[in-house]
Parts: sequence; C-alpha cells; structure tokens
Amino acid sequence: MSTTNNMQIDLFREQILAAVKNKTPLSIEGGGTKSWYGNANSYTKLDTRPYAGILEYQPEELVITACAGTPLKEIEAVLAEKNQVLAFEPPHFGDTATFGGAIAAGLAGPGRISAGNLRDFVLGARILDGKGQDLSFGGKVMKNVAGYDVSRLLPGSMGTLSLLLEASVKVLPRPAATTTLRCQIPQEKALQVLNEWAGQPLPLTASCWIGKPGQDGELTIRLAGALAAVKAAIPLMNAAIDAVEVDPAVAQMFWADLREQRLAVFANLQDNDTLYRLALPAACGPLSLENTSGDIILEWHGQQRWIQAPSDDATFASLKAVAHTHGGHATRFKQGSHVDPSNQRFTLLSEQVHSTALEAVQARLRAAFDPAGVFATSRLP
Amino acid sequence: MIPMNMVTPPPELAAITALQSKLVSALRPILPEHALLWEPEDTIPYECDGLAAYRRMPLAVALPETEAQVAQILKVCFDMQVPIVPRGSGTGLSGGAMPISQGLVLSLAKLKKIISIDPFTRTAVVQPGVRNLAISEAVAHLGLYYAPDPSSQIACSIGGNVNENSGGVHCLKYGLTLHNVLKVRGILMSGEIVEFGSLAPDSPGLDLLAIVMGSEGMLAVVTEVTVKLIAKPKLARVIMASFDDIEKGADAVAAIIAAGIIPAGLEMMDKATTRAVEEFVHAGYDLEAETILLCESDGTPEEVAEEIERMTKVLEQAGASGIQISQNEAERLKFWSGRKNAFPAAGRLAPDYYCMDGTIPRRNIGTLLRRIQGMEKKYGLACLNVFHAGDGNMHPLILFNGADQEEWHRAEEFGTEILEACVELDGTITGEHGVGIEKINSMCVQFGEGERESFWGVKAAFDPERLLNPDKAIPTLNRCAEYGRMRISGGNLPHPELERF
Repeated sequence: MSTTNNMQIDLFREQILAAVKNKTPLSIEGGGTKSWYGNANSYTKLDTRPYAGILEYQPEELVITACAGTPLKEIEAVLAEKNQVLAFEPPHFGDTATFGGAIAAGLAGPGRISAGNLRDFVLGARILDGKGQDLSFGGKVMKNVAGYDVSRLLPGSMGTLSLLLEASVKVLPRPAATTTLRCQIPQEKALQVLNEWAGQPLPLTASCWIGKPGQDGELTIRLAGALAAVKAAIPLMNAAIDAVEVDPAVAQMFWADLREQRLAVFANLQDNDTLYRLALPAACGPLSLENTSGDIILEWHGQQRWIQAPSDDATFASLKAVAHTHGGHATRFKQGSHVDPSNQRFTLLSEQVHSTALEAVQARLRAAFDPAGVFATSRLP
Repeated sequence: MIPMNMVTPPPELAAITALQSKLVSALRPILPEHALLWEPEDTIPYECDGLAAYRRMPLAVALPETEAQVAQILKVCFDMQVPIVPRGSGTGLSGGAMPISQGLVLSLAKLKKIISIDPFTRTAVVQPGVRNLAISEAVAHLGLYYAPDPSSQIACSIGGNVNENSGGVHCLKYGLTLHNVLKVRGILMSGEIVEFGSLAPDSPGLDLLAIVMGSEGMLAVVTEVTVKLIAKPKLARVIMASFDDIEKGADAVAAIIAAGIIPAGLEMMDKATTRAVEEFVHAGYDLEAETILLCESDGTPEEVAEEIERMTKVLEQAGASGIQISQNEAERLKFWSGRKNAFPAAGRLAPDYYCMDGTIPRRNIGTLLRRIQGMEKKYGLACLNVFHAGDGNMHPLILFNGADQEEWHRAEEFGTEILEACVELDGTITGEHGVGIEKINSMCVQFGEGERESFWGVKAAFDPERLLNPDKAIPTLNRCAEYGRMRISGGNLPHPELERF
C-alpha cells in the first residue's frame, strides 16, 4: 500500500468523523456519471476519485483488485490487454465512470443474462464504515465462506452502507468468437424463443427486442463462446427466426450503445417523461401497458424492460402494480429534465409481500455499519 | 439402593431438565408426537453433524413437516428465549449443526418436497430438505440440471447448501450456490416469513439474499429455495495429466486459466492420494507421477473437441509427463472415480482423517503443498492432498488415530497451521465447508476486531436476541482474546487437554 493511498484513507476518515460530529451525511460520488440514478439529495459530496489505481491483477488468477476511484475504462483497458473482460458488462454512462461507482450502482449490461449480475463477481471489499474503521471482507479467491459475505452486500447499495475503498472482482476470458443475429418478429415470439434457447446448451449471451406491443419489432441476439459452438448454433437458431448476421463492427457498437443507453430509442426521452425500468421473472410475457410513449425495449430475454411514460405517481404506481403482479418490481430509472427530482425512484420493501419485515432488518444492517448515519443519504430507500 | 426420586440432581442439571420439559410442553401442541424427540436415545443421532469430533446433546429435536410448524416453533423458542440449531441432512463438515445443550435442534429433513419445476423459466422450487442430487434427477428428463455439486450431493440437502454456500467440482465454471439460487424463502427468529431475492433479476433494497447465502443458519431458517436450472451439456470429456513435479502441475493449472480456458472441472491429486485411491478403485492412475491433474471439458461436441485440443497443448507445454483423454463416458467416470473416492480411500489408510478446507490463490498452490510437507514432519502425521485446483480450494486430509487423544490434538494443530498458512498466502480459512464450531478460532486469525464486530452487527440485524445457531461461525471478542493468549507460546497450547470449544 503506497503512502499516498494511506494518506488518502486518512483524509476520508477525517471527513467521515467530521460528518459524524456535525451530523451531516456524506453523499459518496466518483465520476458522477450516475448521479441522476437513485433518490436525489443535496448532501456534501465525498469524492472517491483521489483514491485510484489498480492494486493487483494477475490474469491467471482471474481476479482484479482496484481502488474505488479508478476509472472503469482503465480497468477494462488493462483487462483487454490480457484478453479478459468484466463479464457483467457494467454501463459507464459517461467517460468518467469509476470502478467503485459501478459496484455501488450494481448495474449490469447485456451480458447479465448469461454471465450473472455484478454482485456475483464481487469477491472481496475493503471499506471505511461509518465510524471510520478500515475493514476488509471476502477476499481474492473464488471460494470463500469465512464470515458473512458483506462484500456482496455492497453492490447496488448506492453508498448507503459504507465507503467502498477497494474491491476484488472476478474477471473472465473474452469469448473466442462472437456473432450477432437480427430479425423482425413480434414480442411474444421473441420471448418464447429466447426462453426456449436459454434452456438449451447454446452460446446465447445477450438479447434485445425493440418495438411496439402487437407489432413486429427488431430482435438482436448475441452468440459468444467457442468458435465451434457459435458456428453450430447459427443454423439451429435461424430455423426459428430466419435472421441475418450483423456486421461485427456494427454489432459491437450496437451492444455498447444499448448498454450505455445511447441508442436512438433512448434518446427520445421527453422532458416530462421518465424512463422506467421493470425487472421481471422469465415467465413474464408481453405486458399491456397504457400511456407509454415510443418503443419499449426488452433485454435479458425480457427480464429487464425499458418503458418511457409520464412521470406522475399514478403511472409509477400502475407500473409497480403490473411488475408486482408478475413477481417483479419497477424503478424510475431516469427522469426527464422537467420532472420533480425529489420523486421516490424505487419500489419500497414495504410495498412487496414478504419484504415488510426486511425493512427493519435493512435499517438495522445500515445502523450496524453506520450508527451515526453518515451514509444515510436515502439515495436507496 | 437409593430410590431415584431420593437423588437430588445438581442444580444446573435440574435447570436443564426443567427447561426441557417446559420446551417440550410448549412444542407439543404444534407437532405430531413422532416429530418431537427429547429422550436421549432418540436425540443421540443428532449430537453431531458430519464432523463427529464435536458432539453435544440438545434439549430436544423438532422435525416439522410444514412451514407453518417451523414458524410456530420459532415463535415458541423466541418467546422462551431458547436457542435453535437448524439442521438439514447433517453432512456439514465444520460442526455447524452441532447442538447447543440448552437449545433445540430444528431438523428440516422432513421438508423434502419438490414443489414445482418450470422448464420454460429454468427454475425449480424446492423445500430445504430436498437432496442436492435429487433436483438434478428430477429435471434430467428436461435436459436440465442444478449445477452446484458438493461432493456430498447424494446426501446433502439444498437448505444446508444455501447456508454453507456450497460449491463442488464444477463451480469453477458454473459457480457456487450463490450463483445458482434466485430466491430463498425463510423465517426470521421472530417467526416472520420473509423472501430474499426474487424470480426477477434483482429485488428492491439491499441485496439481502447475498448475505443470507453462506450465513451458516444464523440469520434465518430456510423453508423454500428457488434454484436456477441450466441446460445439461451434451458431452463431457476429461484429460488426465501426470506431472513428475508438483510445482509443474500447479503451474499447469495457472497456464490453462491464463490461456483463456475455464474448464468444467480442474482437480489435482498428489502422489500419496493417487497411490491410496488406486488401491481402492483401480482406475489405472500413474503411480509414479508426483501429481495428477484432471481437466474436464463440457458443452456441445464441437466445443469439447476444440477445448480438449487447446487444453492438451497447454498441458504438454507445461511439461506433463503423461496425458490420457477419456474416449467414452465409462472411461471419463473411471478417471474421476479416484478423485471422488479419495475420502473413503484415506479412511483405509488410517483409523481417522481430518479434512481441512482452505482456499488460496492458484499461484500459491505449490508453496502451500511444500509447506504441508514440512508440517507432516513437524507433527509426525501423514497428509493426503486432493483438491479443487481450479479455484485454489484445498482439502488436505490429515491421517491420525482418534483413539489417541494426543494424536487428535496434533492433527488439530496441524490443521490450524494449514489454515493460518492459507490466510498468510492471501487466502481464506474455509472455501466451502463453513466455519461452524471447527474453525471459529481461526476466524480470529483471518479477521480483526472491527470485522468481527461488524459480523455481530449483521447477526443482530436479523436476530437481535442471538438465538439462531448463536455460538457458531463468528467468534466473540473474548474468544479471540483467549485464543490470542493461547497462541503466544509458539503454537504450543498451554493445556492441550482442555476442551476448547
């Protein structure tokens, strides 16, 4: 550990202890590329960027350990040199995205459906808790069941539990071959074939359907793995959808733009509208939704759906109800520029059956790591 | 002869007997007669789990048959402040289900229904007592299976797998229980039914499913598990490679991963193990090899052919002295038979063996194996090494004679030193067996006071009264202080005859 890093940890600790003393919560921020995500607050920022750098990376261990403030693109570039990747494909949402920010947001890109979510890849973490204690959980090995798995509680906690200093995540080799196929089919058929394929030994690693309910839409699928497996799968899948192969460069751009929400379909978000995210079980078929604008986007074989609709509470309530009926939940993912920033963005635990008692558990967990409420920014309820 | 009723029992015993009858009376209305045991002859089978070295008799054993009964039992124990030790099939190897003398053992073995199977969404909903292998058997006709395969999968139950976050031979490629479970329904000590995770890709709030996984039955009692099923690979083949040097074998493991290959299984056996198992299974192992690697590839026939070719090249370059590739399923199983039977084979070499479970980064495998050789001399005990090389999960088997107390203590010391070496080599004291009661002192080596305090905070968030499996996995500050003092005298315990657990 370098002296600079130790000094920076001391500065963070001072900031935390001052916040404890003054009873003023700190809002943790890295590159600020996802500052629009989650409940808004105007607390003092704690900037993680001075604590940056890759601490350890040995390709044959399939693990990278880095400081929270390290730019995400730096990590991906270092991995790419060794032909390895973050298989959950975290969205950056901007050039300055950091490693810590990606973990705190817990978001995953198109690869999530086959590779797993971000949390599945986290092996260990070093944090400063709300008392300024320097603590390490988990480790740098794949198999580790010593103590509670606190490091996997951090992904998606949006800085409401502790300050993430460092994390070790598992990385994977880049697939030897990748092919993207595209066709026009209705949503219902897309959901049907995607789930059928997912139950077969096929190298299907991502899917996206864009269109309107009841009409043909554009289905794009990605096959990745051993060259032989990809080659063998194409005719088999084409028997069901009659697709065309997308030019590799165009395909690569498409998946990156989908992950970063730079596709034209996302760019049309009206100032008064909200981009809603629905997380749904695999069994969920096409939804009949009123009041939506533009196309809907289905990712992860339909388990993640993006819907643009008015921002009012009634619309959010109805989308929550639809998601809930199918066993999922809804989020006000991104709001238009004219929408009230103080809106509650997430489905609450108290709104879900069998989650009510977990509200108290969650509150006690937060109090255990942060008794003075330094990280109680309510960014995640 | 003095009539029994004339004997005054010691006050502690009288208190325990009184508590026992109070508990039994409170539980009787909830459970059918056959589902509540308290006579010593009935409860003795529950005095330990798979780690027989640690035993204790519980106050009583409850065997509920429904979730509602589980909730009611928890409520009764909560009101009476009686601790509970949840138990599945009892195959755990760290004493995680060892009873508490003033507590109830809650066996979930009767909750063994497969509630539903959905091939379209590739999921199955099962009760905690369902055996791991039974899930794969029940969905085999659909071309699906449940990937985590702990070695005890024929007997161990899924509820226990959740509590220990179990892995197995195939977890290098397919992940641990954590990666293959979508939802856990459970009951908090207060009797409230809760659900962690969901069938959707994520759920609101903090990721509480992540913390419940591997929590050793200390946070909630599992009553239902929704597992992810995956497509059964069409084909599997295994390469058996011999090396005349342990380091070379260990380097070959790293080389395979560095080449961008994630084998379905990557296991290693040292010479002593190979010799022991060959006598037992006659698989045709190379008895001259210092170490043998088993590298499995699975997938479509095209994929497997490609991967086997690539792995063979890497192994040759790494200096393998011999390479055999399974030509059919029978041969594949033959190659694996030794690995799978290493434990019973060890059992033939000595009256007892002590199976350790530490994980280290792959690059340190050679170093640890060399250190273990030194420890064999130091403690005067032999050790077999057979392990999940692909993920650095070591399972040294220390051979000893349990009838000799002094030898057992030496074996224990040997084991502890291995675990401490794992921590020193950037690893952990347990990869898949859990801490339980067995490694609770080693937790003081891996974690500092702050982390242990945080663990207690997590425990209290779920179970503020500390009633669920309370004396396992997470050591108290006192215990660590005590352990620290005991460790001062150069590894020699001041009073080895004293019971430390």
